[in-house]
Amino acid sequence: MKIVIVDESPIRAAILEAGLREAGFDDVTRIAETQNLLRRIYAIDPDIILIGLDNASRDELEQMFQVSRAVRRPVAMFVDQSDTASIQASVDAGVSAYIVDGLKKERIRSILDLCVSRFNAFARLQTELERAKSDLEERKIIDRAKGILMKSKNLPEDEAYRLMRGVAMRESKKIVEIAQSIITASELLR
Amino acid sequence: MTPDVKIGFIPLVDAASLLVAADKGFAADEGLAVELVRDVSWSNMRDRLAIGHYDAAHLLAPMAVASTLGLSHVRVKLVAALNLAANGNAITVSRALHAQMTQAADGALGNPAVSARALRSVIRDRERRGDDPLTFGMTFPFSTHNYQLRYWMAEGGIDPDHDLRLVVLPPPYMVDNLAKGQVDGFCVGAPWNAVAADAGLGVILHPGCAIFHPAPEKTLALRDDVAARDPQRAAALIRAVMRAADFVRDPENRAEVAALLARPDRVGVDAQTIRRTLDGRLDAQARTAQADYLLFGDARTGRPDPYQAAWLYAQMLRWRQAAFSPEHLRMARAVFDPRFFDAACATAAPPTPIRAFAGPAFDADDIRAYVAAFGRR
Repeated sequence: MKIVIVDESPIRAAILEAGLREAGFDDVTRIAETQNLLRRIYAIDPDIILIGLDNASRDELEQMFQVSRAVRRPVAMFVDQSDTASIQASVDAGVSAYIVDGLKKERIRSILDLCVSRFNAFARLQTELERAKSDLEERKIIDRAKGILMKSKNLPEDEAYRLMRGVAMRESKKIVEIAQSIITASELLR
Repeated sequence: MTPDVKIGFIPLVDAASLLVAADKGFAADEGLAVELVRDVSWSNMRDRLAIGHYDAAHLLAPMAVASTLGLSHVRVKLVAALNLAANGNAITVSRALHAQMTQAADGALGNPAVSARALRSVIRDRERRGDDPLTFGMTFPFSTHNYQLRYWMAEGGIDPDHDLRLVVLPPPYMVDNLAKGQVDGFCVGAPWNAVAADAGLGVILHPGCAIFHPAPEKTLALRDDVAARDPQRAAALIRAVMRAADFVRDPENRAEVAALLARPDRVGVDAQTIRRTLDGRLDAQARTAQADYLLFGDARTGRPDPYQAAWLYAQMLRWRQAAFSPEHLRMARAVFDPRFFDAACATAAPPTPIRAFAGPAFDADDIRAYVAAFGRR
């Protein structure tokens, strides 16, 4: 079975491809750029096309399926509306599938399930990454504010931190917010 | 406040009244907390409406009909609750193609009949030389853009299915594709024609209203069962968007509307370009405004009417996207059900007839005869 993954995110596509290979699907092609998308898909003539909902080329694909007489015409997974739960799951996860007619439903289901879990895993990964990134940003801000306090009030490091923490607790704000106002104030007063 | 109303939109100027309704407090005045979601494809709009991710969506008017009939992949019954905008598209060609068409023209290119014939003669020249066929971009198979291009070309004796390639591209990619030579022209909504013209990449040939007018362009689509379940909420949403449309139409507010639309989480194009399209000046050289270029629905034009649905269905028949059935015609007409609109705005204005620059007059009572008349000439 030939599977094409259209995804501008190389990491997500790689995660999906790995999952498909583990499940025994060897013929997987990734298309990262949307330039000449249709021509490439014609050339591959896949049985299944997987594309993220965040990909603006979805409309382009749908046209191909509508007008094309030259290749077998894949249809959206949504065409079989008996299975609303898996449709819901895949739209929630942000992936859609186009499938050539005649494939066994169970096989499609297993591929779809795999897509959904891999897309969700990727989304979790990304959230964690974002969080780590913003944690790092916060620490940088707090460090800068600490430095300002140490210099202007001639405090040792732990004192400066305690001072900020005290204000934050009193005003029921986050310590990073206090740190940010210290930075802003010191920039204004410079 | 009633629960959130989640509405999807595509970054285009014709979503203005919807965006203004949410961002300027018109929706809040109606007790609605609107959450706008900027999306990337019409296919997403349809699917997310279908599974309930969106309560309403800024949608291509023909798509509301196509989805209800199940002509695309999903059969989801929609209601076109109000006409967000009429017209607003334009046909732009590359500078090179424009130069060739100017040479081939037997009159003023501003006349669509002349330009269509000029395009045919360019196409025949290319065929003789064995060049690749021309490629034109449009936004979706079920779109007025597709119908405008086809209508215009066919009047010049071009078969849009054989004499050239029509490809779908997301509106924000049109200009880039023109720059790279992937397409030779396109039909797209504002502000992308102006963007291409300003960059010196293309020449705006015709505003969409020069092909047919007034074309039902974008609708505020709700799922049929959602609207029926809570008609009050549908009416409140319609009122909010109609009041926003009044605001958008007022020339006094254009600067503010343009600034709002320019935001990166809205249309994300510079305010000046958006302002010009609101003014109806298609490119920087245009000194006079193009009347009817982009119309935001008012009490009369905002009202959905089965007549408009019949016209859209007739275009689908003409281009063989659908085969005629009385049942489909009935279903299509029901999509443009003015019930909710009338409940919200208390008007019952008759629709404005849709007229084209050439070809048989549209007859909503006999759409098969209308479609057949194109073939007989």
